[in-house]
Amino acid sequence: MDWFYNFPDMSRSDLRDFKKSVDFAFTDFSRTYGEAIESFFEPLLMFLVWFEKFFINTPWPLIVLGIIFLAWVGSRSLIVVLGTFISFMLIGYFGMWEDTMSTLAIILVATFLCISIGIPLGIAMARSNKIQAFVVPILDIMQTIPSFVYLIPVVMLLGIGKVPGLIAVCIYAIPPIVRLTNLGIRLVDKDVLEAADSFGANYWQKLLGVQIPLALPTIFAGVNQTIMMALAMVVIASMIGVKGLGLPVLQAISNQYLALGLMNGLAIVILAIIFDRVTQKFGLRMQKYRNEGKD
Amino acid sequence: MNSKNILIKVNQLYKIFGDGDKSALDLVKNGMGKDELLEKSNCVLGLNNINLNINRGKIQVVMGLSGSGKSTLIRHLNRLIEPTSGEILFNDENILNLSPKELIQFRQNNMSMVFQKFALFPHKTVLQNVGYGLAIQNISKDEWSEKAQKWIKRVGLDGYETYYPGQLSGGMQQRVGLARALATDAEILLMDEAFSALDPLIRSEMQNILLDLQNELHKTIIFITHDLDEALKIGDRIAILRDGSMVQDSDPQEIIMNPADEYVSDFIKDINRARVIQAKSIMTPTNSKSSGATVKEDMVLEDILQIMSDAPSKPVTIANSKGKITGKIEMVNLIEGMKRPKSLGTNITG
Repeated sequence: MDWFYNFPDMSRSDLRDFKKSVDFAFTDFSRTYGEAIESFFEPLLMFLVWFEKFFINTPWPLIVLGIIFLAWVGSRSLIVVLGTFISFMLIGYFGMWEDTMSTLAIILVATFLCISIGIPLGIAMARSNKIQAFVVPILDIMQTIPSFVYLIPVVMLLGIGKVPGLIAVCIYAIPPIVRLTNLGIRLVDKDVLEAADSFGANYWQKLLGVQIPLALPTIFAGVNQTIMMALAMVVIASMIGVKGLGLPVLQAISNQYLALGLMNGLAIVILAIIFDRVTQKFGLRMQKYRNEGKD
Repeated sequence: MNSKNILIKVNQLYKIFGDGDKSALDLVKNGMGKDELLEKSNCVLGLNNINLNINRGKIQVVMGLSGSGKSTLIRHLNRLIEPTSGEILFNDENILNLSPKELIQFRQNNMSMVFQKFALFPHKTVLQNVGYGLAIQNISKDEWSEKAQKWIKRVGLDGYETYYPGQLSGGMQQRVGLARALATDAEILLMDEAFSALDPLIRSEMQNILLDLQNELHKTIIFITHDLDEALKIGDRIAILRDGSMVQDSDPQEIIMNPADEYVSDFIKDINRARVIQAKSIMTPTNSKSSGATVKEDMVLEDILQIMSDAPSKPVTIANSKGKITGKIEMVNLIEGMKRPKSLGTNITG
């Protein structure tokens, strides 16, 4: 009855061998292909570095003006613009300007990457049930696996630095945009699609002229979520060498600096709130035709 | 009817929804009905051996209760639904043989559709909605907006070009739907319960707009409805479907005078016969003039009654549209015509 009380597991030495073989296989893999993969991501690194430098080197009044302008274009709300202005002034006053710019750079690049991969993937999922059945479990894994777990292979492959950090952020942040693009397109009214069909619209005309415009508010909710999740990942990404607001937070944790942690943490929160309000207001304006008067 | 006038010919069309529709098809061809099929093979019988000739320039009404397959039938004509078996000839060409590209061409040029729930594009303005069928044919914006403008005006929506569908009432939305369908100049207009979602007054107004347009344009219209009054008002021919089978396909007068079976009788039971039956359906054929007034052969009994009540003993003379005398009607005929046939039951009280 031993098997009843003790789980009949594999022997310790077998288990050790198994783990070893997996580790070695991956080490071999990263030795063989590591450089190739690294050079594949080289342009991304250049872009990220250039972008970060651009943010840090541009005089702060210009950046603030630019951000305020974008906030206005996005939200058309004076309160949001005013809040944005005050927040950025405070961030700068408390000496977090450079870190904030670094974070802003990586968030924007990560969001851009997520959108350019996530939206086409979501469209493909909406078109084919097979692709959807294949992608959904992968998204589930990406969303639930502890981020530290996929940091290991990423670091093994690419070492410590900006690119692995960026990839880690993207893995964490891309699922919502994929899911919501798929959902948004699938939720487009069947009657309206039938009408487009009956007038002889082809696949691309339906996709670009009807499905995507009608799915846009949902897709935009996905963009919003992706940005939020990217911001949430900033601290963890700083463990593998991403500069920005996450790094001081990490230092604050290990050294128990309350004020440092709180300040940088709040700066992340402020960024998140600004992004959220601006993109949400923008999303609402996109579906204006649904509820009220002439545009 | 001359075969040259037939624009669309539907031959032995079957549609079975569900898996294993091919084996179910044999069951249906051997006479299995809808309910039995559902029980035996879990397939739903959509259309059962439909044969229909649709005449050029006429309004063909297809009637039936919900679930009788009328919407399924109309969607076969532009292949929004693919049949299980059968053929659909348009100008003697089987549209089921069209390649996907040809099908798109066919839909762009030959058929347009008006939907029960309007199915307008909520993110496009009225102008963009009406011009949609043209815009996707890569016609320049100037050209399509000019044509769209013309049709918007024609359906009486002048000045609403920049509105979104959500800002319009139901009746106005369906005018947009109608204008959108007309804008492509397609020869065939498919109308899937186009007016069913509108309230009675607006519906009657839309019917008049449609008839006006038809007098001018002479399109071939396939009109789906479950409303007999509507069918009688606009139909040149009425086909009645039941459980996917065609029960009767004939002249509207014929439907009322000679319903094919109980199902059709049920349909026409509550109709105001005096208002729909025309003189030619009840007249006694003769070519000599009678003593009473002369009326047209498509005058309805109600109006003849008005005339005859002045001189009840004098039979009226019936003449066709060219003025040639074709028959006469006496008061007895009139009463006989308005009375329900025995088969429709006589359980009227009071």
